[in-house]
Formats: sequence, C-alpha cells, structure tokens
Amino acid sequence: MTIEKYFIYLAVMAGVTYLIRALPLAICRSKVKNKFVKSFLAYIPYAVLSAMTFPAVIYSTGRLVSGIVGTVVGIFLSYKRKSLLTVAVAACVAAFIAGLL
Amino acid sequence: MTSNINKVKYTKDLKKGLHDGIPIALGYISVSFTFGLMGTSSGMLWWQTLLISMTNLTSAGQFAGLEIMVTAGSLIEMALTQLIINIRYALMSISLSQKTDTTFNLPTRLAIGFGVTDEIFAVAVSRNKTVSRYYMAGLLIMPYLGWALGTAAGAVLGAVIPDYISNALGIAIYGMFMAIIIPQARDNSKYLIIIIIAAILSCCFKWIAVLQNVSSGFVIIICAVLASVIGAVLYPVEDEVED
Repeated sequence: MTIEKYFIYLAVMAGVTYLIRALPLAICRSKVKNKFVKSFLAYIPYAVLSAMTFPAVIYSTGRLVSGIVGTVVGIFLSYKRKSLLTVAVAACVAAFIAGLL
Repeated sequence: MTSNINKVKYTKDLKKGLHDGIPIALGYISVSFTFGLMGTSSGMLWWQTLLISMTNLTSAGQFAGLEIMVTAGSLIEMALTQLIINIRYALMSISLSQKTDTTFNLPTRLAIGFGVTDEIFAVAVSRNKTVSRYYMAGLLIMPYLGWALGTAAGAVLGAVIPDYISNALGIAIYGMFMAIIIPQARDNSKYLIIIIIAAILSCCFKWIAVLQNVSSGFVIIICAVLASVIGAVLYPVEDEVED
C-alpha cells in the first residue's frame, strides 16, 4: 500500500465516521416529545452493545474454552457492578489462564 | 455573580468529566493495544496504525477498516462498512442530543460529535441529569489519550508479544461492553428484556445457516433496532428526572 493510498483510505474512513456522529448532534436541537421515539432512543445503545457482545464474546479469544471462561467472569463481575477496567482486565486474565490449561 | 456561579459549576463539571473518563481510558488502553498489535502484524507502519486511532476513535469500525486497507478493498466498501458499523453512533448522538444543556452551541456539537463512542455515550446518558459541554469535554480527553497511547504501545510492541497473550486481550472490549449493559439490566427489568432480545437475535444471525451471510454491521443494526422497537412498544420509558 502506497502512502497516498493509505491517506485516501484514512480520509474516507475518518470522514464517514465523523459525519455519522457529528451531524445528528448538530441537527437535533429540540427535545423529542414522542414517547415511542424517546423509549427507542433510551433502549438503542444497550441493544447495540448487547448485539455486539453476544455471541461474539465467546469467540473473541480464538479458543472457545477461554472465551467462555472469560465471558462468565465478565458477566459475574459486571453484575457485581465492578468498573469497566476491572471487568475488562479480569476477563482477559481469566481467558489467559483458561488458555494455558 | 451568575457568571461566577456558572464558572464554579463548569470547572466542577470538567473535573467530574475527567474523573468519569479514567476507567474508560484504562479500558481503552487494553482494547487499542490489541488494535495496535493487529496493525503491525498486518504490515502497517506504527504511525499509520496510530493515525487511524487518532482520527477515528471507534472500535469495531477501525478493526474492519484496517482489514479493508490491508486487503486493498475499494473506497466504496470502506465508506459503506464504516457507515453500517458506525450508524449506531448516529442513534447515540440523537439520544445524547436529548441530554445536552444550553452550553451546547453548534461548534460544541461539531467538536463533541467526534468523540461519541459506546462507552462515552453510555456514561454520559447514565447520569441522571443534563450534561454540559464542560462535562463532555472532560469526559472525552482521557479516553482519547488512552485510545491513542494503547494503539501506539501495541503497534510498537507488536513484534515481541506472543500469541497466547494477544489472544487473551481480544476479550477486553467485550468486558467493557458487559460492564455497561449488565448493571443496567440488573437495575431495570425492561432493559434486561431488551438486552436479552438483542442477544438472542444476534445469536440467530451467528448460528442459523441462512442468516450467516448477513454482514456483521447489518446484523448489529437489525438486532438493535428490532429489540429497541419491541421495547418501545411493550415498555415505553417514563419521563426522566432532570435538574
């Protein structure tokens, strides 16, 4: 890949990503009153993260056993309200240990 | 007098934002480290991988974009893939726009818009009040630095990290996602049901043969929109308390 080609890719990638995020924030100036839309917007981020996480998380370490062990540890610590960092690191450590067995 | 009170409030907001951003930043370091590793092992120069992180600040979008770069995909494919994977941010930005206070003028919106990520969004909207631009600016800084530093470290160290360590790091980003959605599911059974619906739909796309050809970006959109529509119909949310 030439340097020119790299920068063209980068510009397209970053440009599309930026517009997707900034335009809605710039354009939506008034509060949504509609109850359906409000509910939809409240649920969407959690639904997105859930769809991204399951079932991908169990395949994320390249080995099913370590993925499942990491997932169980992650779910347990999340349920115990541990921080983002604690959960992320503990899931990695659990997956790593399970990978050694 | 009013402006002094505001100044104190805004300084407090900025500090609160910086503080709330620290756990996100630390989580990002582990995830972006993995991205840096992948960049180097795909044959990218370290600064090329770093520059992707500094201009994009996305997780799934960057991993897909890197793949397209190294396989010499078309620019249309690059644009469409980013659009599909990242369209959730548009939904988050709309949702976030409902929480912003009067300090959010147009330049602020255009600047803050760059930093709407899953975790930053989730932390911002999980506050039980409106957010000011000072809070949002504070909230963005640490995760941005963490994302860049982690990428640089992964890209530079990529050559010396063994596979069994880098494989284990692949789960980090999902650990972060779980830490956001599971406490919410525990507190509110409506969210629990929506989260379960989205997960079941997503599993269908992974495991049912006829659905496996749908690209991963579309899968996320279909599952999330369906689950949220079902939720909005069955369990409309009550009005939130704002200060």
